[in-house]
Amino acid sequence: MPKSQASDVVGKSASNQGGFYSDTVKEHFFHPKNFMEDEAGYEADGTGMVGSPACGDVMRVWIKVDPKTERILECKWKTFGCASAIAATSMMSVMVSENGGMTLDAARELKPQQIMERLGGLPARKIHCSVLGDKALRAAINDYYRKTGQTEKIEIEQGRIVDKVLKITDHDIEEAVLEGADTLEKVQAKTKVGTGDPACIPEVEQLIRFYKEKYCEMQKEDGSQ
Amino acid sequence: MMNEHRRNRRPSRVPSPGTLRRGTRDAYLDNAATTPVDARVAKAMLPYMTEVYANPSSLHSLGQKSGMAVRQARETIAEILHAHADEIVFTSGGTESDNLAIVGVVQTATPRIRAEFGADAKPHVVTTAIEHHAILEPLLHLQKTGDIELTVVAPQKNGVVKAADVLSAVNERTVLVSVMHANNEIGTIQPIEEIGKGILKIRKNSISRSAQSQSAAHPTSDFRLPTMFPLFHSDACQAAGYLDLNVEKSHVDLMTLNGGKIYGPKGIGMLFVRRGVKLAPQVLGGGQERGVRSGTENVPGIVGFALALELAQQFKDKESKRLTLLRDRLIDGLLRIPKSRLNGDADKRLPNNVNVSFLDIEGEAAMLYLDAKGVYCSTGSACASTALEPSHVIRALGLSYEAAHGSLRFSLGRHTSKADVDKVVKLLPGIVERLRKISPVNLDMSYFD
Repeated sequence: MPKSQASDVVGKSASNQGGFYSDTVKEHFFHPKNFMEDEAGYEADGTGMVGSPACGDVMRVWIKVDPKTERILECKWKTFGCASAIAATSMMSVMVSENGGMTLDAARELKPQQIMERLGGLPARKIHCSVLGDKALRAAINDYYRKTGQTEKIEIEQGRIVDKVLKITDHDIEEAVLEGADTLEKVQAKTKVGTGDPACIPEVEQLIRFYKEKYCEMQKEDGSQ
Repeated sequence: MMNEHRRNRRPSRVPSPGTLRRGTRDAYLDNAATTPVDARVAKAMLPYMTEVYANPSSLHSLGQKSGMAVRQARETIAEILHAHADEIVFTSGGTESDNLAIVGVVQTATPRIRAEFGADAKPHVVTTAIEHHAILEPLLHLQKTGDIELTVVAPQKNGVVKAADVLSAVNERTVLVSVMHANNEIGTIQPIEEIGKGILKIRKNSISRSAQSQSAAHPTSDFRLPTMFPLFHSDACQAAGYLDLNVEKSHVDLMTLNGGKIYGPKGIGMLFVRRGVKLAPQVLGGGQERGVRSGTENVPGIVGFALALELAQQFKDKESKRLTLLRDRLIDGLLRIPKSRLNGDADKRLPNNVNVSFLDIEGEAAMLYLDAKGVYCSTGSACASTALEPSHVIRALGLSYEAAHGSLRFSLGRHTSKADVDKVVKLLPGIVERLRKISPVNLDMSYFD
């Protein structure tokens, strides 16, 4: 199984020389911004959650939205995960709420790569930790539209491109796992993922585990395992 | 040119040790990863780099001096293990020793298994689910390439393997049984003597069986001589500082040790190879180490390793007593944190190992918060591994992924004080509480079942 080097930093910038994590990652990890302190006393306009504790990452996002401008006034969050996951959610909350707040349309377009760049880069095998925050945000935005009756604006996730060369999405990986491919080799046999874009392999491995867990747990509930 | 060269004496790519030196109040609790080199060991090694640097194979007198140092080291080690000097094979470390034992036995055994059971027959190997990657990876590779059949025995929930489970996995084609002496992640001590005795018995029965069926099959066979299978290998790297390494008691035929876990240098290790065991060499060349492992001997490493092993074994009982008290103090302190659990048996455990899981938090995050406060430990979380999988050892205990992600290992050592332990007990509750505040997960204790 190919293992990536810990020193491969993606989105590398001047601040990420030497240490495993950039100074910005450390700042957001040790001093997280906007995390949800009082869930019970908070009235959110929209909320979303993604991930599973078995996979090692869970993110929950709460947003407050200005109904006139549809800009995000506040973005609160909670994250179960490693330093990159915590720092990425923290940075995301800053990015969508700073300078008067992002419009919901703009926030929906926020990419993990943009968060990663603002963090001064992440080690290659940590990228998968940063890709759930924006999903949780989009779930919260959909929730807001649902609550305000704007159901036509709800966007179902079309799948996120994992392999940039072959344009393979996380949905393709999910399909492959559902069809019984439970190792990287087997998923590659079905999708060729990573053959043109090897940088995505650590993320693909994480996705395979994620979906395996998801469907294994369903099997367990069925009593078939 | 000369002056400029002098001014830049230190090669630019080597970090100055000054920038790496840890604070005086820091607590290094990662001794199972590696230990600092004992000052006496470093001192003993130095002359073999700068003064007695000749190749031990050279026939001139300086070469013979190097050769003498290697011979002395070999004898020192043999005495500690109750072995013969010619049963010690020096290698580059624990990983190489494990690979040599496995691949060396399998390659030697394959023709014999084929001769006895047919051209398609494969040698069978028994190991446990909690072995180090240096054992599991070569075995899984050999299984994948179709060279062996493999049985991986699961431990009990306490992280201790049952000798009977290992022995009952042995069949007539089993050529090797490999069980670690003590586990590197959860510190559990395995019943090596019981397994060793059981394997001798299996060999004995197999001799009398074949003697009955075909009268002159093994006319001179003695079951104590490892001229027949299965052979017994044990990786004792983590055990060397605390447990007895007497190979006459444990009945191992092969045993791995290394320098980096016992206050010796890194990059040196050894494999005990009982007389009569034939290993296919994996490194070919000048025929050093009786042809089993070629390559010029790492003389300073060998000298340092022998002294380190001598010191570690000399003080093992005293050090075990001291660390057991500190270990239990740390365990008691950490288990006061809500939703926590000790991984691995509380008693059949190395004196220096503490491994605790906390629900609702991820181990790497907790480890980094401790790091910022000058406490160095390690985690079984997926995020800390290159494979993005949580610890195979914690999962082999039957624990959920959730519990594996939140595990922390503290491994104490010769320089660990009560103050270090108390520092962790004071710091960690606040860190866990803070991370739980940030976490959206709130699991119940059933995830520890």
